[in-house]
Amino acid sequence: MARKKQQQICIVTVTGADRVGIIARLANAMAEANINILDVNQNIMEKYFVMTMAVDITKSTSDIKQIRKKLDKISKEMGLTITIQDENIFKVMHRV
Amino acid sequence: MRISVEEVFETVSMTVDHHFDIRTVTLGINLKDCMDRNIDKLISRIKAKITDKAKVLNKYADATEEKYGIPITNRRIAVTPASILLEPLGQKRATAVRLARALDKAARDSKIDFLGGFGAMVQKGMTRTDEILIDSIPRALSSTKRVCAFINLASTQAGINMNAVEKVGRIIKDLAGRTANGIGCARLAVFANVPEDNPFMAGAHHGIGEPDFSLNIGISGPGVVRDVVLHNPNCDLTQLSEVIKRTVFKITRAGELIGREIAELMKIDFGIVDISLASTTQKHDSVAEIIEAMGVEKMGLPGTTAAVALLMDAVKKGGAMASGNVGGLSGTFIPVSEDSGMIRAVKAGTLNLQKLEALTSVCSVGLDMFAVPGDTPADVLSGIIADELSIGVINNKTTGVRVIPVPGKKAGDVVSFGGLLGTAPVMKVPKKGCAKLIARKGRIPSPITSLRN
Repeated sequence: MARKKQQQICIVTVTGADRVGIIARLANAMAEANINILDVNQNIMEKYFVMTMAVDITKSTSDIKQIRKKLDKISKEMGLTITIQDENIFKVMHRV
Repeated sequence: MRISVEEVFETVSMTVDHHFDIRTVTLGINLKDCMDRNIDKLISRIKAKITDKAKVLNKYADATEEKYGIPITNRRIAVTPASILLEPLGQKRATAVRLARALDKAARDSKIDFLGGFGAMVQKGMTRTDEILIDSIPRALSSTKRVCAFINLASTQAGINMNAVEKVGRIIKDLAGRTANGIGCARLAVFANVPEDNPFMAGAHHGIGEPDFSLNIGISGPGVVRDVVLHNPNCDLTQLSEVIKRTVFKITRAGELIGREIAELMKIDFGIVDISLASTTQKHDSVAEIIEAMGVEKMGLPGTTAAVALLMDAVKKGGAMASGNVGGLSGTFIPVSEDSGMIRAVKAGTLNLQKLEALTSVCSVGLDMFAVPGDTPADVLSGIIADELSIGVINNKTTGVRVIPVPGKKAGDVVSFGGLLGTAPVMKVPKKGCAKLIARKGRIPSPITSLRN
């Protein structure tokens, strides 16, 4: 394969009603899968919790499909909407 | 510069709230190297080549979908026009039908929902094999589920082959009578100036100017465009064009990234991004609703043609800036049955066949997925086709027709085709038209604008 395993950075987004322990829960899940958190941006907009998180999944023990599964579980339990997408999609769409 | 929170949420909301998806990843496969004078040998080579590549296509499309979190709705295959493959095989309709069934089976075995290319290029004239292939279409499509047929009946360089247009009117009627609600006709599209790299069905094929393989992407985003138009209710039309341009830039870039990555993983050439706005039956994922959001009270009312012209020009400008590989049809699709806003407009009586035809002269790619009464005479169908193709020929653009004469239905009835094909109100068409004109046959010469050398 031409493509060597390079650094793979993903953006996680979280939206939903604010409550205690959202970041803790996510950070825990990331640590379990050996995912390094690079950056977190968080805000409360009209009592909604809005967060983006840049994570490095290069050394993760799970692939993106498995990570998404874990996040889906958390989103159901905590009543949030969580997405995860490779960072490149945002770069190509928002940078000329 | 890191991506801002606003930019991240703009992208996320496109897929989560506004149905942005990669409508199709279409793999073009050259089958010329499979040709033989023996049909069994041809079929076994075709089967091996298609199933081998389709497996890889599905695998990498799945992986890329996961990586970027953008759904890839369809994975499809386009092949060398079947009329070429049939040339060495003797001139029997049964052979053509057998080839269609073999292609169908290869698609089914490879978990591919549609396979395009059962067709011919006959804009100037038909070879004996082309005629056999066209004659075989009613049997071929009514005995398969995934094969799509195309016929290029006209071009700006050659004019309109009226011998073939006359024949196709009868073929469409025959095909409609053999399938429930005439649904087989949804898999037959006829064209003027058909592109060789169109990823969308039913017209997709792998043209003779194409390499061994090519990966073409069809993006889709009527819901996304509608949303930005709705969020800019007070800006003037110049500014509105800018807003649409910027949005289409973004979705085209996403399409190109995904297409390039799948092509690279498959070790094949990346082809083109088709920037056509392709609607679905999902709520608000509708081209008609974009036009209505722009300020036309209902699709089809005065102002619609100007609004569609502005929309499509902005789409093309944004798309061309985003990718050096824009191709395929890259117009806007206004399929009646597949767009909830179009269906409403036809039911409300604001949109009729005449207005649809007018819209195709400014930017859209043709009269698509519209139902007519089952007793519409063949010469009327041929007349509708000739009218539409002449718009393409004279204006040097692609136009196509996909018409469904629904047996036993009359104007005003509603027919459900199911799934992505949607629901169509049967449109009113005259019962007589141009029998004598069509019976003249011959070729409408190429227009003076074709003499450009």
